[in-house]
Amino acid sequence: MARVEPVVEALAIHKSFGDLEVLKGVNLTVAPQELVFIIGPSGSGKSTLLRCCNLLEEPSSGVVKITGEDITAAGVDINQVRQRIGMVFQSFNLYPHMSALGNVSLALRKVKKQPRAQAEAKAQEALERVGLAHKADAYPTELSGGQQQRVAIARAIAMEPDVMLFDEPTSALDPELVGSVLEVMRELRKSGMTMVVVSHEMRFARDAADRVLFMDAGMVVEEGPPDEVFGAPKHERTKAFLASVNGH
Amino acid sequence: MVEWEVIRFSFFNLETLQEIWPMLWRGWLMTVQLCVAVVPLGFFAGTILATIYSLRIKSVNAALIVYVDFFRSVPPLVLLIYVTYGIPLLLGADIDAFVAVLFAFTLNSSSYFGEIVRAGIESIPKGQMEAARSTGLTTLQAMRYVILPQALKNVAPDLTSNTIELIKATSIASVVALPELLRMGRVAQGLVYNATPLIAVAVIYLIMLWPMVRLLSRLERRMMSSR
Ligand SMILES: Nc1ncnc2c1ncn2[C@@H]1O[C@H](COP(=O)(O)OP(=O)(O)O)[C@@H](O)[C@H]1O
Ligand SMILES: [Mg+2]
Repeated sequence: MARVEPVVEALAIHKSFGDLEVLKGVNLTVAPQELVFIIGPSGSGKSTLLRCCNLLEEPSSGVVKITGEDITAAGVDINQVRQRIGMVFQSFNLYPHMSALGNVSLALRKVKKQPRAQAEAKAQEALERVGLAHKADAYPTELSGGQQQRVAIARAIAMEPDVMLFDEPTSALDPELVGSVLEVMRELRKSGMTMVVVSHEMRFARDAADRVLFMDAGMVVEEGPPDEVFGAPKHERTKAFLASVNGH
Repeated sequence: MVEWEVIRFSFFNLETLQEIWPMLWRGWLMTVQLCVAVVPLGFFAGTILATIYSLRIKSVNAALIVYVDFFRSVPPLVLLIYVTYGIPLLLGADIDAFVAVLFAFTLNSSSYFGEIVRAGIESIPKGQMEAARSTGLTTLQAMRYVILPQALKNVAPDLTSNTIELIKATSIASVVALPELLRMGRVAQGLVYNATPLIAVAVIYLIMLWPMVRLLSRLERRMMSSR
């Protein structure tokens, strides 16, 4: 049988900031429609790994392929590639001077070069998918954290990416607002989106993840289906981490 | 009240004012032309300098720092005299006084505007650029649509204050005989032998700048309350 082309293939990624080696040869492969969940202690390199996938960080060495295309090769138009990789940040990073609709339609207009009317119709559709069609004209400061993060998700999915990267999408939210964001992510998963999620929401991981990676000190220590990693972790460091997270 | 009569004659002489009014009017038009050219030029040049600076190319930034430091250290009058009398020597040809003044003030004001805009850009969280780039916008698109609109708003009071300073500084051009407001006021003064023209010049500057000073106060108050 022919091998299914992975959507994301990061091979032997090393990344150093000066003398500090943050990623020490990490591999990450994500199949179409798969949800890969990444856990690990703070500072273990989870964000850096995600950011290497769309080259917000340049890997010191290693190869990143998106749907088979080597995006770390010389001469690649990174802006072309980034349209196909959605990213959601812990701090939302909405543009405060634009309405929700403006936030979502900007890249459609300026990157995909769609006429304003078409871009705004598309943006409205994306806002609908995250349940915020009625907030199209609201500015970020007028929205709750949960709503802001959903607008940020709409901004990414409006581009119709091949994969979505989530970097702790609920960590900055008040507990009562986490659910609405996770709900949107579940819907996204149901619709067949390929996703990589860095998060501490273990319940969500158990429900929704196909595979869990545990990272520590710049390496993938353990990986497997959620039941295995959470239910019967093989490595001491995984056990210790899970104990510390479940402890509170 | 003989003394009051003397004061009125030398400083608030309405007959004189009537006589010299056309000169002041032409001077004012020249000042307005100068400002309408030099404020946008300095501002755009400064914004471009600040944008280039934000790309963090080491050698380029070193050159920009030299440029900005140099033109902020040289008094504008000295710069103006060098440009007006130096460039014709270098080129071997006369240049229009207006062009010389424009050039000198653009060099000078772009440094100030550049520093202000740079501070504005640096006040914007790094995540804004990252979010914009992650959707496929180029660095320049992200600057234009995401960073600069926020950055300029953050430094609106400084931009306004610098614009007021710049408009006042254009009166220096009188020294190199550009027939702007102050120059025409002094020429008129030479004709009528009293100080009324200079009083009129001051009043015209006041009327021109006072609304901007008000605007500045309002911007400053708004910034304070939005913190
Ligand atoms: N731009 C940077 N410059 C220097 N060090 C960085 C930078 N980004 C991250 N690091 C360091 O890399 C390590 C891993 O960070 P990160 O990937 O954010 O970890 P995690 O997301 O797992 O908490 C940390 O020690 C962090 O301080
Ligand atoms: Mg992180």
